[in-house]
Amino acid sequence: MKKKLIETNQISEMIQDGSTLMIGGFLGDGTPEMILDAIVEAGCSDLTVIGNDTGFPGRGIGKLISAKLVKKVMVSHIGTNPETQKQMIDGELEVELVPQGTLAEQVRAGGFGLGGILTPTGLGTTVEDDKQRITVNGREFLVEMAVKADFALIKAKKADYFGNLVYNLTAQNFNPLMALAASVTIAETEELVPVGGLSPNEVRTPHTAVDYLIRGGRG
Amino acid sequence: MITDKKKAREIIARRVALELNDGDLVNLGIGIPTLVGNYLPENIHIFLQSENGVIGMGGAPEEGYENPDMNNAGGQPSTFLPGAMAFDSATSFGFIRGGHLDATVLGALEVDQRGHLANWMIPGKLIPGMGGAMDLVTGAKRVIVSMTHTKKGGKSKIVNECKLPLTSIRKVDLIVTEAAFIEVTDEGLLLREIGPETTVEEVQQMTDAQMTISDDLKTMKL
Repeated sequence: MKKKLIETNQISEMIQDGSTLMIGGFLGDGTPEMILDAIVEAGCSDLTVIGNDTGFPGRGIGKLISAKLVKKVMVSHIGTNPETQKQMIDGELEVELVPQGTLAEQVRAGGFGLGGILTPTGLGTTVEDDKQRITVNGREFLVEMAVKADFALIKAKKADYFGNLVYNLTAQNFNPLMALAASVTIAETEELVPVGGLSPNEVRTPHTAVDYLIRGGRG
Repeated sequence: MITDKKKAREIIARRVALELNDGDLVNLGIGIPTLVGNYLPENIHIFLQSENGVIGMGGAPEEGYENPDMNNAGGQPSTFLPGAMAFDSATSFGFIRGGHLDATVLGALEVDQRGHLANWMIPGKLIPGMGGAMDLVTGAKRVIVSMTHTKKGGKSKIVNECKLPLTSIRKVDLIVTEAAFIEVTDEGLLLREIGPETTVEEVQQMTDAQMTISDDLKTMKL
């Protein structure tokens, strides 16, 4: 079986300019900071990033924003990162704001083989612009398309060498959803244990969803 | 009329706290809503839900006892109470959107006389994004707006029609300010209580929206 453990410099060889990245984390909690550092160092550009938010300047997805590597973000919140707002106003960065629950479901749908989801969230607001509205059993919903990415960059608390993943508390958030929604999934893990070292009961993402592992610490 | 900001915030939080029931699953927004947890009556225990994937969230940890993977939805260090659990974002919003959340308490930039709420952006000025607000307002069983009655400079936040982009077309259920306790009914806004040290005339002056005054108007009991 292919060895999944790689070094961070191998990531920069994989990720091409113009790639679409899903990045786990909620305001930096559960974001694979070492992987993002490697992308910044490699200077991959024109990236499209899908994530909950753009973190803080210098933390989480904010690292990629500060380094001006991103051309578009699809996120629910940019309020904690003034740099995102500045680049948006200056026309350097396209920002698509998506309700958080809708984004989670779009990512889930992408990974689970669905074309999209029906949600009442956003009806009658600016979120509805250019979207289809349909009625099911007398209730109205918006059609929100599934999203996928070239790479999912996710963060785990523990992994075994197969790539089985265990998450920690609020660092879980989008990570298990993104694990299935990209062509290539790279997981940064705080701890790496031998195969058999994780209880099958605690594994949240099965190893077959994970292509590569990065041994990290705390970002 | 209450002019002291700290006092105003406390009045709002105390009044909202009386609206929650024992065993409720509740999401508290950032700012005044967060204070509500401090004023729950002794026999009322609620479970706090947080967008980032928690039920059973506690307050801030003692300094030096922070866990970097135990945060609230504002990204601040938090604690888990016994019986708490964590889950992914799809599950978190399943609770929010799926009608499993008894109440959401959140702030507003504007609320109008139909009960529509705007709280996520000011075009050209402030664009933080909606985060979880649209799902919360659309999906919670009860939506409680808790905010100061007026903006800086004294302009009413309760208006005839929201000019700012709406958060949802789902009507809110209650508007609680330091000056007024307003129920949103099918007929429009109903002023049921006035705040301490406040007169009906003052509330009317502070409010741009049309409002009916309850025949049974009371002063808030806090």
